Amino acid sequence: MNQPILNVTGLTMDFGGIRALDSVDLDVRNGEIVALIGPNGAGKTTFFNCITGIYRPTGGDIFLMPPQGSKKMSLKGLKPNQVTEKGLARTFQNIRLFPKMTVLENVMIGRHCRTKAFIFGAIFRPPSTRKEEAGILETSYGILEKVGLAKYADEFADNLPYGAQRRLEIARALATEPLLLLLDEPAAGMNPQETFALDQLIKRISEEGQAILLIEHDMQLVMSLSDRIFVMDYGKKIAQGTPAEIRANPKVIKAYLGEEVDA
Amino acid sequence: MVLREIKKGLLTSLWFVFLTFPIVVIKVDPIEKTIFWRWQNALYMAIGTFCVYLLVKYYRHRKEQQTDNGGNLEQTGSFIHRALQNPLQRKILISVLAVIALIFPHFFSTYQTNVMTTALMYVVLGLGLNIVVGLAGLLDLGFVAFYAVGAYTYALLNMHFGLGFWTVLPLGGLIAATFGILLGFPVLRLRGDYLAIVTLGFGEIIRLILENWGEFSQGPSGISNISRPGFFGIEFGLEQSIVYTYYLMILLVIVTIFVVNRLQDSRIGRAWIALREDEIACQAMGIDKRKTKLVAFSLGAFWAGIVGVMFAAKTTFINPASFTFLESAIILSIVVLGGMGSIVGVVIGALILILMPEYLRALSEYRMLAFGGILVCMMIFRPQGLISNVRRTYKFEKKQ
Repeated sequence: MNQPILNVTGLTMDFGGIRALDSVDLDVRNGEIVALIGPNGAGKTTFFNCITGIYRPTGGDIFLMPPQGSKKMSLKGLKPNQVTEKGLARTFQNIRLFPKMTVLENVMIGRHCRTKAFIFGAIFRPPSTRKEEAGILETSYGILEKVGLAKYADEFADNLPYGAQRRLEIARALATEPLLLLLDEPAAGMNPQETFALDQLIKRISEEGQAILLIEHDMQLVMSLSDRIFVMDYGKKIAQGTPAEIRANPKVIKAYLGEEVDA
Repeated sequence: MVLREIKKGLLTSLWFVFLTFPIVVIKVDPIEKTIFWRWQNALYMAIGTFCVYLLVKYYRHRKEQQTDNGGNLEQTGSFIHRALQNPLQRKILISVLAVIALIFPHFFSTYQTNVMTTALMYVVLGLGLNIVVGLAGLLDLGFVAFYAVGAYTYALLNMHFGLGFWTVLPLGGLIAATFGILLGFPVLRLRGDYLAIVTLGFGEIIRLILENWGEFSQGPSGISNISRPGFFGIEFGLEQSIVYTYYLMILLVIVTIFVVNRLQDSRIGRAWIALREDEIACQAMGIDKRKTKLVAFSLGAFWAGIVGVMFAAKTTFINPASFTFLESAIILSIVVLGGMGSIVGVVIGALILILMPEYLRALSEYRMLAFGGILVCMMIFRPQGLISNVRRTYKFEKKQ
């Protein structure tokens, strides 16, 4: 339970002269839900983009450590698809589904990096490919059922209601069998009912042992879900701890509400 | 409502008469120094404009009503799809088509058969480009380059080494596919307009090399006396050869449809479509962008190369003039007109675009005009193409 799965040390990212991330340390342990919070522009999404390979960090190390004995893997400098293959799957702040594919197909895309049929298999469909396709279908459908979208399976992703699109993003990421699931503001734009359903869903996923790192602005959701919280401001980590500790931390309060003015 | 539309229609037609007045009504005879007033033309113009106006309005009205009723727009043009989904109708449709295809050369002249063979070649070209443009969403304006590579592969190997059609057929495809990868590497980072410009340039480069590198390709005078396809050593006369080529093309079309259909319902096909939809999300899902794009480019080019070999064998003479940008534009029009990503659409698009000009030779002066007109109308009324692609829905039976 307490073994770390993701270990980020000294992660630094410069955009020209602007330091978006300033040696950030962060770790996620097996089976835990960790939240990354901070005011707008604090560098949370940049942090995600760095560890998932969309940006190439200027400095620091990122290690992924599978719980089953195998060696730790450095994710630094890998391409996004390689990072996903290693076991880090993400969702996006502004939904990025494949709008003209069906819901089921969206999830099936997630299975891509765990399967291997190629041109030969596609054209001649030997038994191994057929078995693989059936496997993709079964797993994908199972994941849809888990997130409660099975009834929409044949619908275009475009036509789903907003909350369902967010859940589909999670389903698609789960299909890649990640060691760690990264959620970038999963509750953004959701109404209270949808947020509640999301809260339940994330808890359910977590109970199956899935480690989760999430960025979120909805404090109620963050406090209800997280085992630990990291707080960032201006590209620096300013605090870390349990929800109770964070709530009482003066630095965090300052970052969110500003300093008291002595008049 | 109706009265108001008629009024507007009348005004529109008056406006058109006014606009076209100088060219349609007035005719000056410079020798006699007289002016003819062709008033009847103004009348035709008015009636014509009025009718077109009402038609467009009616069409729009109907379309709006359909959306109001929550009706699916796709349904209007998808009767072919419904027929294909019904297994009985599908069987009937396919067997009728098969019979027509089989007896075609015996009922029509060799000229007609030849025209049909050409149309079938464009079907395969369209299906090849459809992989690149329709499925993977990579706008390729230089597709004809691969066609040229295939044709010249056969022509040169036949001229220098006397290699036969059947040996070169797969070879031409493979060499074209290699060129596809060669083009693919530098353009991996590009999308949309930028990709279109680079591929356009690539197409022109290949043509210019063929035109100017005389020692290699015999330049603009081209290569002649290319062997026609043989059948286990049997050589055919001219007429039989045309029929034989026709049947070979039918076979190639069937194989292509089969392969493309399987490809698009596979793991790679899904990756192509995902790549078309959202590149970043695609990578985040673990799809290797480079590999997927290169496979699309090379597979598309493969079919173009195969058709190139067929083309060289059919005409027995090739020169760079057969591989201009216009060819690329026609193949792209086939894909867009037929419906991006739709196999049935591309087949129908190719037949319409290639056969129409042949059978409407009387109107050949207006061919380009009609071509442009059709494309503009398509953009307005059916931007998704004649037959839009319907994604396959997967059936999943839960094991109890």
